[in-house]
Amino acid sequence: MADAPAREDIVTRLPAVRPGAFRRLLEHEQFLAALLLSPTLVILGLFIAYPFAKGIWLSVSSATVGNPGVFIGAENFVKVWNDSIFQKAAQNTVIYTAVATVFKLGLGMILALLLNHHFRGKRLIRASILLPFIIPTVLSTFAWKWMFDPTFSVINWTLYYFGLIAQRIPWLSDSNLALGSVIIVNVWRGMPFFAITLLAGLQTVNPELHEAAAMDGANGWQRFWRITWPLLLPVTMVVVLFSVIQTFADFQLVYVLTGGGPANSTHLFATYAYQIGVATGLLGEGAAISLAMFPILFVIVILQLWYIRRVEGA
Amino acid sequence: MIRGPRWKRWAFFYIPLTFYLIGLLFPFYWMLVTSFRPDNELYRSWRAATNTPLWTLNPTLEHFVYLFTNTVFGTWLYNTMFIAIMSTLISLFCGLLAGYALARLRFPMAGSLGTSIFVSYLVPPTLLFIPLAAVIRNFHLQDSPWALILTSPTFLIPFCTWLLMGYFKTIPRELEECARIDGATRLQAMIRIVFPIATPGILSAGIFAFTLSWNEFIYALVFLSSPQQKTVPVGVVSELIRGDVYFWGPLMAGALLGSVPVALIYSFFVEHYVTGLTGAVKG
Repeated sequence: MADAPAREDIVTRLPAVRPGAFRRLLEHEQFLAALLLSPTLVILGLFIAYPFAKGIWLSVSSATVGNPGVFIGAENFVKVWNDSIFQKAAQNTVIYTAVATVFKLGLGMILALLLNHHFRGKRLIRASILLPFIIPTVLSTFAWKWMFDPTFSVINWTLYYFGLIAQRIPWLSDSNLALGSVIIVNVWRGMPFFAITLLAGLQTVNPELHEAAAMDGANGWQRFWRITWPLLLPVTMVVVLFSVIQTFADFQLVYVLTGGGPANSTHLFATYAYQIGVATGLLGEGAAISLAMFPILFVIVILQLWYIRRVEGA
Repeated sequence: MIRGPRWKRWAFFYIPLTFYLIGLLFPFYWMLVTSFRPDNELYRSWRAATNTPLWTLNPTLEHFVYLFTNTVFGTWLYNTMFIAIMSTLISLFCGLLAGYALARLRFPMAGSLGTSIFVSYLVPPTLLFIPLAAVIRNFHLQDSPWALILTSPTFLIPFCTWLLMGYFKTIPRELEECARIDGATRLQAMIRIVFPIATPGILSAGIFAFTLSWNEFIYALVFLSSPQQKTVPVGVVSELIRGDVYFWGPLMAGALLGSVPVALIYSFFVEHYVTGLTGAVKG
């Protein structure tokens, strides 16, 4: 091994070990593991486990801002369940997640296949397509809000310039269009992540398989469905489940673009929980709305864990 | 190189790729043009004949001047930077130790602990922001950068741990065993042998943690209230929108400047970022 001399050098420079009680304890695997894991467990305990328990308490209490509240059982959940805006938000969240994920996967897959070719400037293009994913979401979403502006919209200007529209399109202020517009921005932001990850998956596909299939007379389409897609399935599953969790719990995009409006037509679980829990100050009800996401997220996480185990076990 | 006849290359490669590039990058171009466009050009109707939305012949710095004289944008940038660096350091520290323990040490519950750390990575901030705000108040951390420095690690540590665990598993155990035979303690072997070899993984985890922390919004929105304490995304939202009025010029200038640090770091370490991203997803 090439780095062997250097390693020996490091080791001989180590100070001589004097066996002390603490040192011997450090050699004990279980003690060392507990020690190394403690900072992580303290932070996750204080800022995830404890708030989670507190959230459950809030959701069954009448707490509002400045009022600790009393136990009221499932009242918040019943109220929320019968609330038409909550029902709308739940429906929106499902549509938002489903439609955006399908487009992110489809468009991301096509882009990954395009980038899987060799061409000049590949590295630069690969790096720049990931920009929507890394630029802070709120900031890039403002660019979209400005592009969607009903009167000064550059999108409307372009469509009008090419003669595609005669009337201006109120992208975010029409309740029929707003959810679609928000989904467009989500797809724009999340698709590069799909593309890059799928591209990494594509690069592990052995090109000889394709050549062999091509010699047997398979066309490009057949080669994709019979070879690439099955080999890519594990990566795809993980990316999709991961993205579903993120999209389902999304907040920033809608908060900036519409704030849940017009007429509550774009509320998601998170934006509605914010409006009720923070803006209105009904902590108990807001916590109940947030927690309503939990059962669904839980199922997705279990699915993901099960799938990772299965793939790793195989 | 792309094979096949020329028309095929254009139809199935160059043209689609160009569409993708325009679609993905146009919003940033729009941000850039708006930042330098004078107000009297900014507000022209979508159908106006005089409209030249895609460029300007009279670039101006007025929006940037506004940003630095009428808001505390410099302070927001500093706050965001401070919070991102501190949360990244804390998360790397915790992630390194926890990742090593989970990848290398044998102890009861190792499997279930690893799983629960992974699951906590999948708990989105929007699930917990309401009770967490109460917790932050209990600890007297509200309206302080420490509210974010201590809460951002809840989604950064699991990511770092998971990524570094994968890295540690690829480092052969024999290297450590050699060092220990030569008299190094477990800790010394970890710090002097394993950590240096894992440097690329540490770098990936660090860049990723930094960009994620810079991007964080809902905690910053809920925990910070005074203008002096805000981060760039929250400051821009609360100070450059007054009622229904959007100050689009300064808003876009702020969005541009708030994106530059992340874009710079990303451009220097893009390969690390990409391998970190894809490695973490594949688990």
